[in-house]
Amino acid sequence: MTARDSDTARRAATPGEATPDGHDPDPGGHFGSYGGRFMPEALIAAQDELADEYEKARNDPEFVAELERLLRDYAGRPSPLTEAERFGAHAGGARVFLKREDLNHTGSHKINNVLGQALLVKRMGKRRVIAETGAGQHGVATATACALLDLDCVVYMGATDTERQALNVARMRLLGAEVRPVDTGSATLKDAINEALRDWVANVADTHYLLGTAAGAHPFPLMVRNLHRIIGEESREQVLRHTGGLPDAVVACVGGGSNAIGIFHGFIDDPGVRLVGMEAGGHGLDSGEHGAALTSGTPGTLHGARSYLLQDEDGQIAEAYSISAGLDYPGVGPEHAWLADTGRAEYRAVTDDEAMHAFRLLSRTEGIIPAIESAHALAGALRLGAELGPEAVLVVNLSGRGDKDMDTAAQYFGLVPEAGITGEDQR
Amino acid sequence: MSLHEVFRDCAAQRRAALIGYLPAGFPTVPDSVELFRAMVRGDGDTAGCDVVEIGLPYSDPVMDGPTIQTASGEALRNGFRVRQLFDIVSTVAETGAAPVVMTYWNPVHHYGPDAFARDLAAAGGLGVITPDLVPDEADEWLAAARQHRLDRIFLVAPSSTERRLAMTAGAGSGFLYAASVMGVTGARDSVSGSARELVRRTRAHTELPVGVGLGVRTAEHAAEVAQFADGVIVGSAFVERARQDGAAGVAEFAADLGRGVRRNSTSIP
Ligand SMILES: Cc1ncc(COP(=O)(O)O)c(C=O)c1O
Repeated sequence: MTARDSDTARRAATPGEATPDGHDPDPGGHFGSYGGRFMPEALIAAQDELADEYEKARNDPEFVAELERLLRDYAGRPSPLTEAERFGAHAGGARVFLKREDLNHTGSHKINNVLGQALLVKRMGKRRVIAETGAGQHGVATATACALLDLDCVVYMGATDTERQALNVARMRLLGAEVRPVDTGSATLKDAINEALRDWVANVADTHYLLGTAAGAHPFPLMVRNLHRIIGEESREQVLRHTGGLPDAVVACVGGGSNAIGIFHGFIDDPGVRLVGMEAGGHGLDSGEHGAALTSGTPGTLHGARSYLLQDEDGQIAEAYSISAGLDYPGVGPEHAWLADTGRAEYRAVTDDEAMHAFRLLSRTEGIIPAIESAHALAGALRLGAELGPEAVLVVNLSGRGDKDMDTAAQYFGLVPEAGITGEDQR
Repeated sequence: MSLHEVFRDCAAQRRAALIGYLPAGFPTVPDSVELFRAMVRGDGDTAGCDVVEIGLPYSDPVMDGPTIQTASGEALRNGFRVRQLFDIVSTVAETGAAPVVMTYWNPVHHYGPDAFARDLAAAGGLGVITPDLVPDEADEWLAAARQHRLDRIFLVAPSSTERRLAMTAGAGSGFLYAASVMGVTGARDSVSGSARELVRRTRAHTELPVGVGLGVRTAEHAAEVAQFADGVIVGSAFVERARQDGAAGVAEFAADLGRGVRRNSTSIP
C-alpha cells in the first residue's frame, strides 16, 4: 500500500469505529502468543459482556457520533501538532513535531479512552465505575467522565503514588470520586490494579472496571487501543499537511502502552515510519531499578494477559521503579510485546536523568512543560534526532502536561531551595 | 491414592471430603510442614483433612483477600522459593492425605508447565488448582498435566454461564472448585446461598465431584456445605487459626471441621 492509498483508507475512520485494519487480535484476544485472558473464571462473563457490548457500540453510528461529539466539544479534539524548532535544534537539528495530547481536557491522552469506556458503561446500564491510577492522570480523567455522566467512581491508587501525586488526589476528590490508597505489595500501580480486580470480582454485577491502559485481559487491549487510535489518525493527517510527507519515526513513552499504541496505529501500515517506544530506564537497566518490561523483561502473565514483564527467577513479579508514576509498572500491553517480537516497533529505555533533562529542555526551548512520562518520549527524540540527523522528521506524542509533576521537578532540580512545596507540606 | 479414590471413599462413608488450604512456607518452610501435618492429623477422635491444598505464595494474588495475601507475603519475605514447594508436597504425601497445589499461573509459566508437572508428580502431588487459568488458555497446561498424570482442577463461579460450566467440567479432572460467592478468599460469617445453586448447576454438566470454597470458617458451615457438596474447602480460617494457636490449634480446628463434614453422614438417605 502506498502512503496515499492508506491515507484515504484511514481518512474515513472515526473514533472508536470498527475499522478492522488487519492488526486485530484473534477472537480470544491473542496478538500472536500474547494477550488472551488469564483471569479468574468469575470475571470471564463480564469480559464477554464487555467485548460484545463494545463490538455493538463501535458499529453503532449513534454511539460513534456521541463519542465524537464529546471528544470535540468536551475534550477539545483534535489536539494540535506543534513544530518544536528550538527543541529540534538539540535533536541533531531534526524537525520535531509534538502531538499535543497535553492540551486535552484533564491534561493528557487518558481522556480519549475514558470517555469511550464511560459511554459504554452507560450503555451497559451499570452505575459504578472503578479504576486504578498511577500518576493520577487516569484517575482524574475517570473521575471527570463520571462527574459528567453521573456515575459513581472509586479510584484505587498506590499509597506511594498518593504521596507523589497529592494534587491529583485532591482533584479526584473534588470531582466527587472516592480515592482508596492501596498499601499492599509495592503500593504502586500494579497493586492498585490488583485491588481494583478484587473489587471487580466482588461487584461485577453493577460495576465496570475502567482500565486505564492498553493492557489487561481481552477486550481491554483492543478496546483501549482503538479509543486512542484517534491520536495516530490525527497525527498522520497533520504531519502530512505540515511537511507533505510521512515522518521518519513516531516516538512515544510506554508505561502500560496506551498513548504509544494509539499513535503507532496511525502509522502502522506505513512501513517507512519507524515506531519507537521509550520505556522507563529509571536508575539504569543495570541498576535493576526501572520499568523497562520490553527492553529487559521476559514473557509471563500479569493482570490478565500474557506479555513481557519484570519478574524474578521464580516468576514473582518484580517491583518496577521510575521517577514518573505513570511508567512505574512491571508489565506492558500485549500488542507491544507482539510488535516488539515482529520487529514492527522498537523499544528502548531512557533513564530518569535523561527524561528530566528533556523535561527541562522542552520547558526552556518551547515554553511547554511536559509530563515526566512524556519527557521519556522527548528524550527518545533527542537520541533519534542525533542518530538520524537534520533531514529527519520526528513525531513525538506529548501524552500529557507537567503540572502534576511540579513537586517532583522542584525537588529534582532544587527549584525551591527551602523545599517549601514538598509532598509533605501539601497534605 | 488418587483424588478420584479420595472422593469415592468419602462418598462411601456418606460424607463430604474436607479440603484444607495453607500457603507453603508460611510463616517459614519448617513451620508450614508442621502446620500441614497438623491439618491432616486432627485430634485423637477425628482425623483432619482428606485433601491438602498447598498454596504457592505469589507476589500478586488477585483472587485472595487480606488474610491469605498477608500470609503469602510473609512466606515470601521469609525467603520461600518455588523449588521448596516439592519437598513440602512430599511430606504431605507421606501423611497419607492427598496433596494438591493451588497456584497462580505465572510461577508455573515461568518454571515451565511441563517441568512443573513433572516435578510435582515426582513429589507425590496429585493435581493443581489454577485460580487464574481458565481452560480457554490452558492447552499447554492440559498437555503437561496429562503427560504427568496430574489432575486439572478448574474453578467455576456463580457468574459462569451454562456453556462455560460444561466446557470447564469437560476440561477438568479430580474435582471442580466451586467459588461459592463472587469475591476473593476470606472467611465470612455465613455461607452464601449461591453456593448450593452453583453446585446444582454444575452437577447438571458433570459426574466430577464438586468442592465448595470461599467463606467457610466454622464446623457449622462445613456441616451445612457437606449436605450439598462433595468437598468442603477451608482456607483463610486455617490461616487465622495457625496465626493464633499454631500447629496445635490447626490440628484441633481440622478435627472440628472433620466432625462438621461427618455430622450428617448417617442422615443422608
Ligand atoms: C501523561 C501520561 N503519559 C503516559 C502515561 C503512561 O501510560 P500509557 O503507557 O498507557 O500511555 C501516563 C500514565 O499515567 C500519563 O499520565
